[in-house]
Amino acid sequence: MMSDTNPLSLPERRAFLMASASVGGGLLLTMALPVLSRQPAPAPALAATTFSPNAFIRIDAQGTVSLIMAMVEMGQGIYTALSMLIAEELEIDLDQVRLEPAPPGKAFINSIIHEQITADSSSIRAFAQIMREAGATARTMLVAAAAAKWRVDVASCKAEHGVVVHTSSGRKLGYGALASSAALLPVPAKVSLKSPGEFKLIGKPAKRLDTPDKVNGKALYGIDVVVPGMKVAAVAICPVLGGTVAGYDEAKARAINGVHQVVKLDNAIAVIADHTGAAKKGVAALDPRWNVGPNGNIDSAEVLRQLQEALKKPGVSARNDADVDSVLAGAAQRLEATYEQPFVAHAPMEPMNCTVHVRKDRCDVWLGSQAPARAQAVAAKLTGLPLEAVTVHGYYLGGGFGRKSEIDYVTQAVQIAMQVDAPVKLIWTREQDTRHDYLRPYYLDHIAAGLDAQGHPVAWTHRIAGSSFMARIYPTMITNGFDPDAIDGAANLAYALPKMRVEFVRQEPGAVLTTWWRSIGPGRNAFVVESFMDELAAAAKRDPVEYRTALLGNSPRLLAVLKLAADKAGWGKPLPAGQGRGIAVQAAFESFIAQVAEVEVAPDGTIKVHRVVCAVDCGLTINPDTVEAQIQSGVIYGLSAALYGSISLKDGRVEQGNFDTFRVVRMDEAPAIEVHLVKSAEASGGVGELGTPCIMPAVANAIFAATGKRIRKLPMRV
Amino acid sequence: MPFTLNINGTDHAVDVDGDTPLLWVLRDVLHMTGTKFGCGAALCGACTVHIDGGPRRSCVTPVASVGKSAITTIESIGRSAAGERLQKAWLTLEVVQCGYCQSGQIMSAAALLAKIPRPSDDDIDAAMSGNICRCGTYGRIRAAIHRAAGASEGA
Repeated sequence: MMSDTNPLSLPERRAFLMASASVGGGLLLTMALPVLSRQPAPAPALAATTFSPNAFIRIDAQGTVSLIMAMVEMGQGIYTALSMLIAEELEIDLDQVRLEPAPPGKAFINSIIHEQITADSSSIRAFAQIMREAGATARTMLVAAAAAKWRVDVASCKAEHGVVVHTSSGRKLGYGALASSAALLPVPAKVSLKSPGEFKLIGKPAKRLDTPDKVNGKALYGIDVVVPGMKVAAVAICPVLGGTVAGYDEAKARAINGVHQVVKLDNAIAVIADHTGAAKKGVAALDPRWNVGPNGNIDSAEVLRQLQEALKKPGVSARNDADVDSVLAGAAQRLEATYEQPFVAHAPMEPMNCTVHVRKDRCDVWLGSQAPARAQAVAAKLTGLPLEAVTVHGYYLGGGFGRKSEIDYVTQAVQIAMQVDAPVKLIWTREQDTRHDYLRPYYLDHIAAGLDAQGHPVAWTHRIAGSSFMARIYPTMITNGFDPDAIDGAANLAYALPKMRVEFVRQEPGAVLTTWWRSIGPGRNAFVVESFMDELAAAAKRDPVEYRTALLGNSPRLLAVLKLAADKAGWGKPLPAGQGRGIAVQAAFESFIAQVAEVEVAPDGTIKVHRVVCAVDCGLTINPDTVEAQIQSGVIYGLSAALYGSISLKDGRVEQGNFDTFRVVRMDEAPAIEVHLVKSAEASGGVGELGTPCIMPAVANAIFAATGKRIRKLPMRV
Repeated sequence: MPFTLNINGTDHAVDVDGDTPLLWVLRDVLHMTGTKFGCGAALCGACTVHIDGGPRRSCVTPVASVGKSAITTIESIGRSAAGERLQKAWLTLEVVQCGYCQSGQIMSAAALLAKIPRPSDDDIDAAMSGNICRCGTYGRIRAAIHRAAGASEGA
């Protein structure tokens, strides 16, 4: 297997050709395009002079420090954070490193999810310690190599800025000069790490390493891959899941200029062409017919009806306190409500795409994927090639949000490429991206609580009905139907609730598949739990902040962010008529967040979110500016779902397609967002999804404050 | 059909149907991949280029409609003073997350500054609301446009 060094930016040569190619240069471009590597793959012969003590660091004789990125960069800033963690212990400067996406490999398995996958806001939690140890290991060996060369005690040497210095004599050797001798040393089993007081990089704002090439068009995403001899593919896909191709007009498609071939799959037809313009014209000419199959009868009303039926059945309990029913029945005041959250698409800006070249003895896959090892495995399975004959070339992701952990589009690209005698780049249209998404599940929740005479909750029951994508993806993690994600943020509440029952009833919709959607279980449970908590406060005639405060005595970190957010937002200060403030809190991904939304509801029902104040405790921050950016990002992502996000089904088909029907928040609707970070030395928690859950209930609660209307269904309508 | 396109100051010969969107000529024929595909229907702005200085969605611009007009893409926007200031402001304020939409954002912002050197928030809303960012970088984009505009005043 070739371990190609994938550059993540346009190679200088291609940039040069692009800048200089003039009339008549098209042929030159096509022929001269080099492989995408900025430099050739390191041959095994080079290994003797290259120092590579672990899977994450490679230092060559020239002193080039390559860091291999275990997790993928999809906007969350992980490349910079992982680099900071390694560089901190390796004693190098961030401008000294070059980055490579990791190939599929055991060393890159995310210990939280037990798979090589970037998801669940887990990258820092899974890899912070490993990165620091990797850096410290390399530094220890480089220092030992220098000490041996100088015949001095290692304790008399120190490493800084990529150089080992003998302190008393001032002698210096760069890491490049030490690489070959360090490579011969045994890898120490244990290394010592810095104490937080010694940090030079961790916790201080660092400029992101991936962004300079993202403002000039040089950064390469999966969709930007150019392979010599490559063709492009556009597809017609059966609009109903499980349906098959019944017929199509191949001749009409082949008559289009630039079209080379038409390829049939079970559920799709691909048109292979020189460029996407021609391929799309070819697809438009296909006139495909489909056998839609049984899912063609399913629509949204049927999905809802099934969920309503499911909600009547007892589920698998995550928590079931013995006398919860009797306490609830005997409570001074009882409240109950049903909450509804529809299917939502992910809609990353970069639509699904994958480039594949299948040859007799090998297969190359070029893409941006949250799960590169899954891509490798499916390509091997489909082609019948051994795993090591499949090379996955990783690129930047133009957004992922969970969608790019699935490999349906990789499967399709490999199936197409198996029938084409050239590399093929498959790109879905925006409409296909929406209509063939693995959606955020449709959920229906029934929640009830009993309050005592003082308004304190004494019993709480919560039944959740919906799809279990965990059961599809990780069947071994499901015991007796218990889905740990479905109840995350529902059963493990920070509030002191004496008697609880939380249960899950699995109900699959049939006509669509579901998967992780940014903020997963905590994201959907926050809307229900935090909205209902507001209902309880209102029923108890108490202020929502004060009411939560009384219940958060056991969670000082959550209580602290609640107070901080309320304080920074000016909680309690009067707002103009028609405006209201709402608050929500959540502990998720081993972090803590509180958000206050200031919302105006116009007489025509238009909801305008003016300001969102966030208080965050995510433990030790690696790059504080990235934490702030991720919270801002999560707020906008969640707000899109709160205000507009809904996928509906008719005749088994997703009704929405492009951004006109699947609406998202735009510049003129984006609130001002403040993020206040709590300084903490606790273990780092996740932040990539942390901003998303609370914005939905915070806005709903603000609407209640402004209008008295309780929102129990998404997207919000007043 | 053969066309000669003037892109970033250089003529390029291509041979495609006249109704081929400019986006795919840039990306698939000329391999200038900085201009992105997001929606194919002028709904997201990821494919924004300048044609004779004005912002245009290349995904719905037939190549035959371009004629001899000057096309500017993200690859050369840094050659203009405003483009360079915007790129700098984008990095200073760390606007970028996944970055996929940012070529289009910067092209729309550069066209805005060419027309209105000191845009108000309303001007920014009007010029930038056609550009979707799913990472939600809107607040930082707004700040970066103001910053780049402010820098122009001092220059």
